[in-house]
Amino acid sequence: MPDVPATSDGHVTVGSTDSAPAAAAPTAGRISRAEVAHLARLARLAVTDEELDVFAGQLDVILGAVARVGEVAAADIPPTSHAVPMTNVFRPDEVQPSLPRDAVLAGAPDVEDHKFRVPRILAEEV
Amino acid sequence: MTDLTRMSAAEIAALVAGGEVAAVEVAQAHLDRITAVDSELHAFLHVDTSGALEAAKAVDAARAAGSVLGPLAGVPLAMKDVVVTKDVPTTAGSRILDGWRPPYDATITERIKNAGIVMLGKTNMDEFAMGSSTENSAFGPTHNPWDLARIPGGSSGGSSAAVAAHEAPLAIGTDTGGSIRQPAAVTGIVGHKPTYGAVSRFGLIAFSSSLDQAGPFGRTVLDTALLHEVIAGHDPRDSTSITAPVPPVVAAAREGAAAASLAGVRVGVVRELGGEGYQAGVLTAFEAAVATLRELGAEVVEVSCPSFDYALAAYYLIAPSECSSNLARFDAVRYGLRVGDDGANSLEEVMSLTREAGFGAEVKRRVMIGTYALSSGYYDAYYGQAQKVRTLIARDFAAAFERADVLVSPSTPVVAFGIGEVVDPLTMYRNDLCTLPASLAGTPAISVPCGLSEGLPVGLQIMAPALADDRCYRVAAAYEAAAGTLSIPELSA
Repeated sequence: MPDVPATSDGHVTVGSTDSAPAAAAPTAGRISRAEVAHLARLARLAVTDEELDVFAGQLDVILGAVARVGEVAAADIPPTSHAVPMTNVFRPDEVQPSLPRDAVLAGAPDVEDHKFRVPRILAEEV
Repeated sequence: MTDLTRMSAAEIAALVAGGEVAAVEVAQAHLDRITAVDSELHAFLHVDTSGALEAAKAVDAARAAGSVLGPLAGVPLAMKDVVVTKDVPTTAGSRILDGWRPPYDATITERIKNAGIVMLGKTNMDEFAMGSSTENSAFGPTHNPWDLARIPGGSSGGSSAAVAAHEAPLAIGTDTGGSIRQPAAVTGIVGHKPTYGAVSRFGLIAFSSSLDQAGPFGRTVLDTALLHEVIAGHDPRDSTSITAPVPPVVAAAREGAAAASLAGVRVGVVRELGGEGYQAGVLTAFEAAVATLRELGAEVVEVSCPSFDYALAAYYLIAPSECSSNLARFDAVRYGLRVGDDGANSLEEVMSLTREAGFGAEVKRRVMIGTYALSSGYYDAYYGQAQKVRTLIARDFAAAFERADVLVSPSTPVVAFGIGEVVDPLTMYRNDLCTLPASLAGTPAISVPCGLSEGLPVGLQIMAPALADDRCYRVAAAYEAAAGTLSIPELSA
């Protein structure tokens, strides 16, 4: 990972390291090419230079438009995450058959010894 | 002999149940139609000829053995490619899943199979259901049967085109911000987004989990209701599945058509869903539809839902945020594409190269918008604020439903536009203006054809409170009985 500042709650900070005040509308014109490159890294997208130019302009326009939500006076309004409120949905803890191993591995890009084979995960040879 | 592809699902089911036509003949007639016209339409990404004929044979065998058939047994269906189907290719319109054959069935796939419905194949769609035109499919666009140079709507554009072009009498779509209602509207068919949680999401490839909802397409309101009843109902494998009984949508569709009256029904016209940005022809057709509802005896009132003006902004924060999280599963390890695994690149590099190669531009844009909106420092101002707007939209609906039993609006601000005509992402997003509020509130809404503008179909959207899907069907069926269905133009085949 590049040097990305992470807060204690695991969120990653982009752009200014100063926290934007809650419910303030961030203004448009803030998304630079470098910030798009940073977002692409966070999202694991190896975007090209040409894409950076296109996306920087588009993301700036889109984020400027969606920032309109900040115009709404909603300080004392509770957020809605799901339309039908439900909490702690349980089902009986009954053992069910799993999918057959080979049927699952059949869709994988690479398999070795009945397991998913992954590229190296360490930065240096050990 | 009568052309089986011109019949409604209800008519086909009656013929099959009565032994007048074999399900295999019905399936073959639709497969032949696909062979004849789909090279022009590109509604299907995969046609499962052998699977369809096998399923049809099973229905015929069950009937021969004296089994009682379900109300849609032997009726063909087109399945949106975002729904997983065991051993049948499933791509969600994305290169990253090209060639993947899922090892299991979605709950709705199971229910469709158990009902004896014959799945013909998988339909084209905007990649991961992100779009309003089906142009974002990695496999090329679908064409509108009304005018092949135009879009069939999206994201469920393959499903809408297939039904409109008589390739299938029924189809499954999914609707996150309008992806059933908008394609139904612009192809002149019926499409319903159920109450959120009414239809299981188990086995839907997730886009925006708090909004995604599968639902039915048909050429008539009754057919759409019949399919709704097959796919709806509680599923313990989806923790957001609601336990309330399925509303009596089929009975409502039959009653609405039979009564041909809306006496005592209060219809609210939403002031904010019209006016500037809406095509004049769309508004004219909508006003004529409202006049028809009034002639049927409905009491028409105007309602105001001021927060709806912020639905677009809230939606295009919530949906990208959730998609940036959901699409993290495409990591080049468990399924789909892997690019750049040359022994030198790290896992992270392979992941980034794979996602770069496997995702299209709109998916990348939304993943990055979501990544931005969920970032620390921006979370409260963007995602958190959007969720508060969602509360206000739900409150506007609640207040409006005090004064009206159903709310109506045009289904889309514009009729089908030309393929390649809309290139600016924000302009494309505005296609969802009318459909977004019900998505954010989780309430049910149907689109039913309401005439033409410049020779292209216009949709009437009918919205109801949560769990009152039957009201959508009752009003839509009464309207359909009065106004009639649209006659879809012939293709060359």
